[in-house]
Amino acid sequence: MTFGLSESMRREVYATALALLVAMAAGSVLILIWGVSPARVYGTLLAETWGSEYGFGQVLFKATPLIFTGLAVAVAYRAGLLTVGAEGQMAAGAFATAIVAAALPADTSAAVALPLALCAGMGTGAVVGALPGWLRARFGAHEVITTIMLNFVVAALVMWAGRTGQFVTETTHTREIVAGAHLASLGLGSSAANLSFVLALIFAAGVAWFFGRTRTGFEWRLVGASASTAEASGIKVRRVIVMAMALSGALAGAVGANTVLGDKHYFEEGLARGAGFMGIAVALLGRGGPFGVVLSALLFGTLAHGGFVVNALVPRELVEVLQAVIVLTLLATSAAIRRAVTNAGGAKEGA
Amino acid sequence: MRLMPSPSEATPALELHGIDRRCGITQANDKIDLIVRRGTVHAIVGENGAGKSTLMKIAYGLMRADAGTIAINGEAIARTRHRPADALARGVGMVHQHFMLVGSLTVAENLILGHEPTRHGVLDIARAEREIAALAERYGIVVDVRARTELLSVGEQQRVEILRILWLGASILILDEPTAVLTPGEVKRLFGLLKSLVAEGKTVVLVTHKLDEVHAIADRVTVLRKGKVVAELPGDSPPEDIARAMVGRPVLLDVPKAAATAGEVVLAVSGLSVAGRAREAVSEMSFEVRAGEIFGFAGIEGNGQSELIEALAGLRPATAGSVRLRGDDVTRASVGERQQRGLGLVSEDRHRRGLALEMTITENLHLGRLAEVSRPLRLDRAAMRARTAQAIAEYTIAPADPDAVVASLSGGNQQKIVLARELSRPSLRCLLCAQPTRGVDIGAIEIIYQRLLAARSAGVAIVLVSAELSELRALADRVAVLHRGRIVEIVAGASLANPDELERIGGLMTGARA
Repeated sequence: MTFGLSESMRREVYATALALLVAMAAGSVLILIWGVSPARVYGTLLAETWGSEYGFGQVLFKATPLIFTGLAVAVAYRAGLLTVGAEGQMAAGAFATAIVAAALPADTSAAVALPLALCAGMGTGAVVGALPGWLRARFGAHEVITTIMLNFVVAALVMWAGRTGQFVTETTHTREIVAGAHLASLGLGSSAANLSFVLALIFAAGVAWFFGRTRTGFEWRLVGASASTAEASGIKVRRVIVMAMALSGALAGAVGANTVLGDKHYFEEGLARGAGFMGIAVALLGRGGPFGVVLSALLFGTLAHGGFVVNALVPRELVEVLQAVIVLTLLATSAAIRRAVTNAGGAKEGA
Repeated sequence: MRLMPSPSEATPALELHGIDRRCGITQANDKIDLIVRRGTVHAIVGENGAGKSTLMKIAYGLMRADAGTIAINGEAIARTRHRPADALARGVGMVHQHFMLVGSLTVAENLILGHEPTRHGVLDIARAEREIAALAERYGIVVDVRARTELLSVGEQQRVEILRILWLGASILILDEPTAVLTPGEVKRLFGLLKSLVAEGKTVVLVTHKLDEVHAIADRVTVLRKGKVVAELPGDSPPEDIARAMVGRPVLLDVPKAAATAGEVVLAVSGLSVAGRAREAVSEMSFEVRAGEIFGFAGIEGNGQSELIEALAGLRPATAGSVRLRGDDVTRASVGERQQRGLGLVSEDRHRRGLALEMTITENLHLGRLAEVSRPLRLDRAAMRARTAQAIAEYTIAPADPDAVVASLSGGNQQKIVLARELSRPSLRCLLCAQPTRGVDIGAIEIIYQRLLAARSAGVAIVLVSAELSELRALADRVAVLHRGRIVEIVAGASLANPDELERIGGLMTGARA
């Protein structure tokens, strides 16, 4: 519960850094097969992401939804739940955000419009999240299956609601939101980065504080560590399951802040698609910790935008394969390396 | 059966020299020398984590030593090529703590698994049954070779395990904690069997942590501590000497107990029934426990103890009857409500009910007690730290690191955390305490006994479930004997000191009428 880098956290950082090197090496092989210099590709990738104002802004913009969904997965994971529902919760939340923000009177002030739009998104996400939580608590239905299925249901519902009146005619997007609900740009070149990145950081800090410092957070972690022990400690485990899934859904539902309030100013079908599923990878790589989630979201954001910028050197398909190879290698090797590091540190064996 | 080589009498049956084995950062075995003479019972004792099981697994070929030499019947064995099949071929057999029998098969079928006798390519089970029955008779083992093993009692299953390794030709038998699951009567039978085996020239290596057993049967005893041999003594050495060698300091085996000063009734159970997995686990049970009294439950595992404790704790619903805590009906109360009224729980399964293994000592000391350190929007971490420091000092929890993850602690230290937490509840009036010293080393047992007796003196009503009659004798004021979810008889705790009475109670536990 200390904020300084503990021994185990330092081990995590080493393992991840090492895994990143292995992943880059694996990517290099692919690039070499194509006949291009890996140094040039990686150089361009870095220069056009972290090396330029616009590129950096785009990295932040791409990382923001991943922070929200990564936190969503991490929160559930801490309480011992594996959610695959961030994709649907995100879509439902963003849709609700756009509908509410568009329905407000045109002269609504930001102080009213922003919280309302955000609450609509998070509230909708929470409801979509609480449902599989309740199914788990009440009937023992496994949340992995129910959240997967709910993603389809939610996607279909959003499309249906859109087509029956919410989408602008002949399009798959909603009306423009009112000016008061616009989230300000961060002013990084002409990038789409906006204040929702700051919001995501605040949420990450909030999640860290919640789990590290509060009684409820402690109890949720206990449920995640051992539900049977939590029960014997007098904790109402079922209630925690529903609440944790709801909070998870609320965090995923906040994605609309970035794409709807901060960038497009309307909801469009397929917006931020994949960010919900990617949140699982982000949370895994971030080891379920809020700061780990932020760091790994930034890495994934870098790869996402980096893919565009190296497009000139290598074909688009290779860029996509490269991204996938790096993510896969990273996840696989970081697990293996962590295990190796931990074993060297000494797993105790009973005698 | 195989023909065994017959080396001269002087050759040790089992000889281990300079055995080293690292498990992670711990040196589980550190240059261990062990010589087991033929035709003797050799006990290996030590606290949990002393390296007993590791050493035996190395001898049996289940684990590989990092260094050292192994010789069986004088024949050196390449350290790197020693596997259980080789060990068996050389006459070493092992009976594990958890039996390796297939429940749905008969005794004979279990024994011939992997070595099936055939005639003209067809399984000849009749011949096997005849041979096994003859072998059993030779050693005075009474068992129906056609019985399905899952229908046998634990003691019978153990004898089948022993029969199995004898059938496979073992002349050196390694038994890992064989008495952990047996009643006193069954222990007696087991020891009788082991003695007749030794008289036949077989060799027995007995891994145990019960010193009275060493005294009862062992010819020699090797004491391990922290992976090293710290003493080798004759089997009839005083238990105090062996205990001192095990722990490294003098140990008080009999904790002095003050006279009972039972006060008002704290826990009143009336007509309680609880459903079990297949049948009713607890049937119409009634008893009262007073303040300052330790009320024990003796019984073979699976006779309703677990369900009784869970029902009293609020973790399992009662199907009939009532539970009153200090006069209030709590039959339908939640776990948390019961805790607020002064109930504490030391579960028989601390890993499942008592601890969160991935969490720290500090965190585990506050499970179920967060209300005391909870402030608006935060936990009072200073208060948590202070209490952790106090518990670590009071219970000598090692390591004394508040941030150490509990999974890395020994069983004894884990149990100390549970007890420190439950016994220091400010509202504690009644403690449910199941198997408090299971998997706990001697040094910790001493502290646990002292603390439980101190709580008794302080007026806590304690329900104590234990598989160890010696534990009930040391702690309990009254003991209820359980059989099939019913209290058969309630006896005075002191009466367990009488061997005849002990025998009679052992009988009651197995269902014999008084």
